[in-house]
Amino acid sequence: MRPTTNKGIAVVSFPGSNCDDDARHALQSVLGAPVRMVWHDETDLSGYLAVVLPGGFSFGDYLRGGALAAQSPVMAAVRDFARGGGPVLGICNGFQVLTEAGLLPGQLARNTSLGFVCRDVHLKVERSAAPFTTRTQVGTVLRLPVAHGEGAYFAADETLDRLEGEGLVAFRYCDASGAVVPEANVNGAARSIAGIVNARGNVMGMMPHPERAVEPLLGYGDGNLVLGSLLDQVMAAAA
Amino acid sequence: MPDLKTGLRDSASAFGLTTAEFDEVVLRLGREPNAVEAGVFGALWSEHCGYKNSRPLLRQLPTQGPAVLQGPGENAGVVDIGEGLGVAFKMESHNHPSAVEPVQGAATGVGGILRDIFAMGARPFAVLDSLRFGELTSPRSRHLLSGVVAGIASYGNAVGVPTVGGEVEVNACFEENPLVNVMALGLLRHSDLQRGTVGEVGNRLLYVGSRTGRDGLGGAVFASADLSVASEADRPAVQVGDPFMEKSLLEACLEAYARDLVAGVQDMGAAGLASSVAEMAHRAGKGVDLDLDAVPRREAGMTPLEVMLSESQERMMLTARPGREEELLALFAHYGLEAAWVGVVRDHGELRLLVGGDVVAAMPVAALNQPPEYVREGREDDIVVAARQRDLAEFPAVDDPAGALLTLLAAPTIASKEPVYRRYDHQVMTNTVVLPGAADAAVMRVKGTGLGVAATVDCNSRYVYLSPRLGAAHAVAEAARNLSCVGAEPLGVTDNLNFGNPTDPGVYHQLSEAVQGIREACLALGTPVTGGNVSLYNQYVEGDVTRAVHPTPTIGMVGVLRDVSHRATQGLKRRGDVLLLLGAGAPSLGASELLFRHHGVEAGTPPELDLRAEAAVQRVVRRLIAGGACDTAHDVSTGGLAVCLAEMAMTGGMGLTASAPAMTGHEAGRDVALFGESSARIVVAVVPEDVKTVLDACREDGVPAIRLGASAGDRFRLVVQGREDSAIDVAVEEMLAAWRATFEGALG
Repeated sequence: MRPTTNKGIAVVSFPGSNCDDDARHALQSVLGAPVRMVWHDETDLSGYLAVVLPGGFSFGDYLRGGALAAQSPVMAAVRDFARGGGPVLGICNGFQVLTEAGLLPGQLARNTSLGFVCRDVHLKVERSAAPFTTRTQVGTVLRLPVAHGEGAYFAADETLDRLEGEGLVAFRYCDASGAVVPEANVNGAARSIAGIVNARGNVMGMMPHPERAVEPLLGYGDGNLVLGSLLDQVMAAAA
Repeated sequence: MPDLKTGLRDSASAFGLTTAEFDEVVLRLGREPNAVEAGVFGALWSEHCGYKNSRPLLRQLPTQGPAVLQGPGENAGVVDIGEGLGVAFKMESHNHPSAVEPVQGAATGVGGILRDIFAMGARPFAVLDSLRFGELTSPRSRHLLSGVVAGIASYGNAVGVPTVGGEVEVNACFEENPLVNVMALGLLRHSDLQRGTVGEVGNRLLYVGSRTGRDGLGGAVFASADLSVASEADRPAVQVGDPFMEKSLLEACLEAYARDLVAGVQDMGAAGLASSVAEMAHRAGKGVDLDLDAVPRREAGMTPLEVMLSESQERMMLTARPGREEELLALFAHYGLEAAWVGVVRDHGELRLLVGGDVVAAMPVAALNQPPEYVREGREDDIVVAARQRDLAEFPAVDDPAGALLTLLAAPTIASKEPVYRRYDHQVMTNTVVLPGAADAAVMRVKGTGLGVAATVDCNSRYVYLSPRLGAAHAVAEAARNLSCVGAEPLGVTDNLNFGNPTDPGVYHQLSEAVQGIREACLALGTPVTGGNVSLYNQYVEGDVTRAVHPTPTIGMVGVLRDVSHRATQGLKRRGDVLLLLGAGAPSLGASELLFRHHGVEAGTPPELDLRAEAAVQRVVRRLIAGGACDTAHDVSTGGLAVCLAEMAMTGGMGLTASAPAMTGHEAGRDVALFGESSARIVVAVVPEDVKTVLDACREDGVPAIRLGASAGDRFRLVVQGREDSAIDVAVEEMLAAWRATFEGALG
């Protein structure tokens, strides 16, 4: 990717987004990356190093999580940005927006517990690759928090087979030892999938919140392995 | 003016007024009110808005202190936390709405208190809730619990303010009339402080947010009457919440303040448009012409009174900064929010309502805001006196101390609330340093500083029932102790007074005594009351039977940690840490959870409370935490020393071996030593090298300190000195199973 001008990382705010400032804080204040907040009516994302679609309840998540945000003007620009190879990371509601917008396959369904769940989960890294997971190895176990009511990844069997066959599953829910067991599947996701990338690998969606997990004061560090991987890539590209 | 109808006096009660109050309105107006005016007076003079029964009592509370930036009288209190920053905080009840429609009742409770916070110019950053239900064996109570938790979760999670702590008490007295108290905190720079005022003559008032509908009509009056079977028909008095609208309003308002487009702001809460405009005008000493035709409506055909009293949610009233009106309007358009100019500030001192250019009501603003006040006669109920004076010697010692401990751990008030707080996003905003369940208080860091803010909500309603003054003082003392146990210096209090019908002498006695208790404890502990809420009429009437809730003056308290990296939580952290019991409080079985859950009675006098000893032990624990000698502390409260130590073991996931000091002079001395409750006692766990530091600090401050034992292994071993029959030896896993089971499955 060759940005014409370095505008930094775009964090998109939809009305109702509520983890947008958390993403800004993690990337900018903690990790030192240049960040700009982008309102949902923006139509041009050229020149950004990466785009982050944050968590929250965009447009109240009325209808379905992410369904209304997927129709926002900015999503056409996100699509163009992704088509040009730019990295796009969707976290939680951002993951829902990406599936609703067709940038990632499948859907996020209501948790099988039917309730919202906020807790720590363990993730087994299944893909170690640019631009999101170069700081990890396949098999690395991460501890990150989740907070969602509609987080059960779901897709047709042939889609799931393709994702697995092409190595596009980024993370699966696992126990502390890294074993992918049903008890660790926090929301009932198909094949315990917590995060995926598109075929080209430059668009990733994940339900857990790496931006909540970059500061020892808050009891976490593993978010750095995800966001740090992204920054390694884009800052090198910008240099 | 339209013709004044005669005969309204006979139907005064339909407007929520007594005939004496109606006569008072006539006196203040100098004429008979028309129906619109009578309705507005009735709503603003309701207990919920006008505090007519409680205000003379509330005046006795201490409200001043070095940290107070804003005391009572505004949308929320504000305390200084240093570095030019302040915390706005307030607690409010949504008891009656939650009783008839738990999901929306609780959700709109969260929405309302968040608006009070951002009306002060603060960004809300934490919510805590204090909930009370009937026994969980009751399907109704489980239904209410599930609904209330779902409501709080649906609103708080969507707005993006973390729910970081709270308490749940369970007692059959709350079966029909649950208590749902929600406290919110917001952060502001001192210079950002906003006030609920209309400002100067000529200023224009902007209505923003949701349209006005018939939902929530009469809510203030509904909240100021007993619940009954007929309350089901009041379901339309419960509003429906829209957290997405709230989030947009929040962001738009904060941006408007930052750009200095606003000269005053207030939430439209109870009694909606009527109370917000009347209060804003009163604070400025001005009048307002309010154009009811301009108020955005959700439905056609609403009467002027319906428009004035609607409690539709997510609405704010802003006073535009003169000259910046167009910018303000454009800002709300940017956020996709509806806004309408509805009023102009005048010097006539009246709230004048206009329809089609005609004045349909004209009421002196001062009269609206100065309801009559009632000082009533209180008299303690004989049944309470008898329960308090009951001889506790009649209860035999427990046969099996370990079994009694497991019973207490499973008691809902003590049991793990994890299934509840898992439903709440407690980490959004990335400030939560101490998570729910980990300590006696929640702790949030303040970004860009080294500061931490701690908060807690507390009340042992059984203590207040059995001894209102002492029990209320205990609530304050425990809240301050909980803050001290995380290392925070208490700064201020918001109180939520949940009582029955104040015209009942027994209830009025509880209310007046409880206020005295709060006063005494707040003075002794240096924690002024900066605001609060009064919820009366918390009783259920069915035929001749009245079932009042336990009097519950919930105390919300906020404190500051100067260095958030030095803090404590309750869980044991290292095997081999030394356990020390600090403080002089004398344990007692009076009003205890053991009597309630093991012997099935609520009786006796609550533990004695020496506020000087309380202040001393809190101070020394804060000093030890701030100095880095202690990172593990937990107060001894419900369930006594055995439960306190068990919670430290379970939270930390490790065992301990300890011996409790023997109690002399007690028939059931063993049970008192294990399960007796007290004030002024805190257990700390420190590495062996720091024991001397702790003992020295305690000696300097005159605080007794006793070595109990040490963290060790995976079993919980506790014995009372000299009493072999007292030995408890249980696997921590077994305790965890009992502690966790109660709420698992209780939520639908």
